[in-house]
Amino acid sequence: MAKITYIEHDGTEHVVDVKTGLTVMEGAVKNNVPGIDADCGGACACATCHVYVDDAWKDKTGESSAMEESMLDFAENVEPNSRLSCQIKVSDALDGLVVRLPESQH
Amino acid sequence: MSELGANVVILGAGHAGGTAAALLRQYGHTGPITLVGDEPLAPYQRPPLSKAWLKGEADADSLALKPLEFYAEHQIDFRPNIRAVKLRRSDKLVELSDGSTLAYDILILATGARAIKLPVPGADLAGLLELRTAADAEALKAAVGPGKRLAVVGGGYIGLEVAASGRALGAEVVVIERESRLLARVACEALSDFFRGVHETHGVVFEMGASVTGFVGENGHVTGVILADGRTLPCDASVIGVGATPNDELAADSGLETARGVVVDLEARTSDPSIFAIGDVAHRPMPIYDRMFRMESVPNALEQAKQAASAITGRPAPAGEVPWQWSDQYDLKLQIAGYAFDVDEVLLRGDPASGKFAVFHLKGDQIQSVEAINSPPEFMMGKQLIGNRKPVSKAKLSDLSVSMKEVVA
Repeated sequence: MAKITYIEHDGTEHVVDVKTGLTVMEGAVKNNVPGIDADCGGACACATCHVYVDDAWKDKTGESSAMEESMLDFAENVEPNSRLSCQIKVSDALDGLVVRLPESQH
Repeated sequence: MSELGANVVILGAGHAGGTAAALLRQYGHTGPITLVGDEPLAPYQRPPLSKAWLKGEADADSLALKPLEFYAEHQIDFRPNIRAVKLRRSDKLVELSDGSTLAYDILILATGARAIKLPVPGADLAGLLELRTAADAEALKAAVGPGKRLAVVGGGYIGLEVAASGRALGAEVVVIERESRLLARVACEALSDFFRGVHETHGVVFEMGASVTGFVGENGHVTGVILADGRTLPCDASVIGVGATPNDELAADSGLETARGVVVDLEARTSDPSIFAIGDVAHRPMPIYDRMFRMESVPNALEQAKQAASAITGRPAPAGEVPWQWSDQYDLKLQIAGYAFDVDEVLLRGDPASGKFAVFHLKGDQIQSVEAINSPPEFMMGKQLIGNRKPVSKAKLSDLSVSMKEVVA
């Protein structure tokens, strides 16, 4: 279990407990956090679960795959700390994780 | 006009209906929401049923759109195992299969589509399966395994995904396709040939240009598929994946306008202003192609759920989206954006032999659709260009040394 803070583009914070083994995307979707669309349900096929990972957490969230990199490369408003949240698995080590959401996923 | 306190009834608890319920609450709807589904499960994702779930890589929890407690927590009255049998629009009332009725101010039809059945002798034998629901997928999972013989009727996406998952589970798989090539209705020839090659490499056997005339069985269970040329292909189970038809009878019987689906506008509103239709059952406008059609895809279900929830809660209409879909087979990721309407040229980017390529369908110098195999940049950029209608340079588009960011003319 990890407590994850999702911050919408307008600053609204959502703090939710996410079970180990789920992804950061699933944590948002299952808790009805707005701003993560996740059209493809986690197949790394759509780039609509784009988040910015707070710098303090970049190491712990791991490396992104080549597939994720090339999807992100064409997403809107990409920053160096951009990730697809369906590709970040939740573990106890991510307790306290903070991610920010882009203005739009499309 | 905002109707935040309206009594909303949603018929169909699939991806479209479930998403509409959740979005209504997310958008501030305060009135009652009733979500009626004919399956025992709360809304779940169907795409993994033929892919990750079938291979045991996803469980029921991960398929669920929301945890079950979500519905009660958000005052969504979820009613499983029940279906609507009659829509009485003049009374704003729905009759349900348990004899009860539901009144509504606003009705959302999200009744989806059902698998087409083969009208041939033996079609009622046990072991003949389809793949729409989690229950269907359970039955299929029980029927495939090492040494089992699976006959897949239909070489479309469902059939091919089932074939790939069947092989991954150790079953012998034969795919029977009526047309001379796979994915004949939806993909170009280069893609058809590519997929056939990949599946053959993985041991799938194909019977092309073959019609199924019946099934034979023993003790009520299927043992073989009879083809028009007289041969019988032995099997332990058969999956029929020959397309789907919209569940639009409820709407049609009540006098709503239908046309191979319930006709809606860009707000997903039907010819009755109190009734919306979303997802597989809706026949909807698609402005970038200047026509109306019905789509069977998750992105379409989500987009229309957004349109309906926005209209009901008085939010501005969401921006139009480019239709897209995906398929996973073996280690291939197929991503498709757009539809190949009015195409005058088909252009290949990359070499299919490399396992990484894209097929662009062009109308003049505009991209109408793209099919991308293991090629996210081609998919992502192609999708953007379909949406913004920017002209592209064909020379650049077919030249792999020019990046996708530089193909705009």
